[in-house]
Amino acid sequence: MTTPSIETRNLTIRFGGHAAVNDVTCAFRPGQLTVIVGPNGAGKTTYFNLISGQLTPTAGSILKDGRDIAALSPSARAKAGIGRAFQLTNLFPKLSVLENVRLAVQARHRLGPRLLRAAGSFGVLRDEAMRHLEATRLAEVAHMPAAALPHGDQRKLEVALLLAMEPDIFMFDEPTAGMSVDEAPVILELIAAIKQDCSKTILLVEHKMDVVRALADRIVVLHNGELVADGEPDDVIALPIVREIYLGVPAGEEAA
Amino acid sequence: MTDTALVSAPPADRARTGRLVVTVAVGLVGLALLLAPFLFQDVRAGQVAARICIFIVLVASYDLLIGYTGIVSFAHTMFFGLGAYGTAIALKNIGPSWGAIALGGSAGVAVAIVLAALIGVLSLRVKAIFFAMVTLAAASVMLVLASQLSAITNGEDGLVYSIPKLLSPATPLLTDADGKVLKVFGVSMNGRIAAYYFVFFACLGLFWLMTRIVRSPLGTVLQAIRENELRAEAIGYRVVAYRTAVFVIAATIAALAGILWAVWLRYTGPDTTLSFAIMIDILLMVVIGGMGTMAGAVIGVVLMSLAQFYLKDLMAAAAAATAPVPLLPHLLEPDRWLLWLGLLFILLVYFFPSGIAGTLMKKDAH
Repeated sequence: MTTPSIETRNLTIRFGGHAAVNDVTCAFRPGQLTVIVGPNGAGKTTYFNLISGQLTPTAGSILKDGRDIAALSPSARAKAGIGRAFQLTNLFPKLSVLENVRLAVQARHRLGPRLLRAAGSFGVLRDEAMRHLEATRLAEVAHMPAAALPHGDQRKLEVALLLAMEPDIFMFDEPTAGMSVDEAPVILELIAAIKQDCSKTILLVEHKMDVVRALADRIVVLHNGELVADGEPDDVIALPIVREIYLGVPAGEEAA
Repeated sequence: MTDTALVSAPPADRARTGRLVVTVAVGLVGLALLLAPFLFQDVRAGQVAARICIFIVLVASYDLLIGYTGIVSFAHTMFFGLGAYGTAIALKNIGPSWGAIALGGSAGVAVAIVLAALIGVLSLRVKAIFFAMVTLAAASVMLVLASQLSAITNGEDGLVYSIPKLLSPATPLLTDADGKVLKVFGVSMNGRIAAYYFVFFACLGLFWLMTRIVRSPLGTVLQAIRENELRAEAIGYRVVAYRTAVFVIAATIAALAGILWAVWLRYTGPDTTLSFAIMIDILLMVVIGGMGTMAGAVIGVVLMSLAQFYLKDLMAAAAAATAPVPLLPHLLEPDRWLLWLGLLFILLVYFFPSGIAGTLMKKDAH
C-alpha cells in the first residue's frame, strides 16, 4: 500500500462549545479519489478549510507526506502542493478571466526582481494559463472580467484556478453545484482526467449520487463533525447509518 | 489572442473612447507641464506647475496603496515629510550642496523605509480599520515631533535654507554677449528653470516607474489582494509580505517626492509637508481622479490644484461681470470659493462615482 500523501490525525476544531470537526483521523493516498459525503452542517467544508489552512485546528495534526503542516499559513500550504477550489465562487471579480488564472500560474513561478516588465508579456505564464482555460472551455471569454461571467462559467473558472496551481492534492468542494446539465460533464471529465495521473490525490465533496458512483474509489461519511463511515463506495452506500443520515431514510424503514 | 468577444459590445466601445479621452488628457497635461515655464510665465503659475508635478507623484504613490492594493493609510504625509525634513535639515546644517541633498534625502528615505516596514510587519495583519488608526497615530506623532523638536526642525516656523547654486534664481544658466541672462521666448534662463526641470524630470521618472510597477506581475498580485485577499492567500501568495512590500515602495516614493518639494520650496515646515490638510488633499485627489488608475492621479491633481489656486480669481471675474444682476455677485463673491469647491466635489462624485479616469475607462457595464 502506498504511503498517505495527506493525512489528518485526531483533527478537531471547536467554535465555542460546538465541535464542527471532531477527532477525525483519516489518510488519503495518491491515485485515489475520495468522495466526502454528509448532510449539510456535517463539517465537510470545515474539514477542507482545516486541511487547506483557512482555519486552524483546536487539536490534532495534518500531515502532508508525513510532515505536520497544521501550523503553516494557507499560502505555504498552497506552495506545499495542496490545492483547493471553493464551494462558493471565490474569484478576483474585476480582473479578467485570463488574469485570474495567470495569477495562480504566477504563484508557482519565481519571476525574480523583474518588477518593471508588463505582466502580460510573460509568455510562459500566458501559455500555461491559456492551456488551463482551454481545458475548462473558457478560452473564448479570456478577456472578460470574471464578474461578468455567467454562474456556470464562474464555477469553471474556480476549477481552472485549481488546475493552474498544479497541486498534488486536489480538493473540490461541490464543483458542479448550480451548473446546468450540459456544463457539469466538462468538470467531471476534468476530474476523471486528473485521476488518470496516479500521483495525484483527489478529495471531492459532492451530493449528487450519480457523480459519486461514477467517480469515487472510496467514500468517507461525516456526520455532526465525526467520521462515521469509510470504505468502498458500494459498501458505504449500503450502510444503514448512511442511508439514514444521508438519504434521510430512517434505519429499519428501508423495506417500506 | 484577440478580444473579439468584446469588440462589438457597446460598453467596450465606450470604454475604448473613455481610455482615449483619458490618454489624450494625460498627454496634454504632460506636454503643458513640460513647457510650463514658457507657457505660463508668472511666478505663481510656476509654483502651481511644480506643485502639480510633485503631487502627481505623491498621489500616484498613495494610489498604489488605496486604489491598487486596498490599504487605507493616513501616514502618507509622514513619509512625504520625512524626505522633505531630511533634505531641509541637511541643507540648513551642511550648506547648499548636492552632497547635502543626497545625504539628507537618503537619510529621510531610509527612515521612511524602516518605519514603513515596521508599521507594515506589525500591523498589516490586523483589520483594515485598525491599520488605518495605527497610521493616523504614527502621522500624529510625527507632526508633534516636528513641532516640538525645535532645535532641529525650528518648530512651527519651519526651516528656510539655500539650495545648490545651479538651482538658485540668481544663477544665470545662459548669458548673452553682454554677460546678461539670456532670454529664450521671453523666459530668463536662470537657475529657476533648472530647478523646475530638475523637479519635472525627477517626477516624470518616478511616475513612469509606478506605471511599470502596476502593470508588472507584482501589480496584478496587488490587485488580486484588493479583490479577494483570502483567495490570493489560498493560491499561494503571502498577503502580509506583499502588503508590506507595497507599503514600503509607496513610502519610498513619497519620501523622494518630499525631497523634491523641499528643494523646490527652499522652505520646509509642518504646514507644507506633514499637515492633515495635505493628507485630505491627497485623498480628495485620488477619489476625484479615480482610484486604481495612474491616469486618475494626474487628472485629480490637476483639477484640484487648478481649483485651489484659480477658483477665487475666476469667481472675482465672474462677480465683476455679473455686477448689475441682483444676488448673483454676492453668490460669486471670491470669499465663498470653498462653497463652490464643495459643490464641485459633490457634482464630480455624483457623476463620476469611480472618479473621472475610473468612470471613463470602466470596462464592464454590468
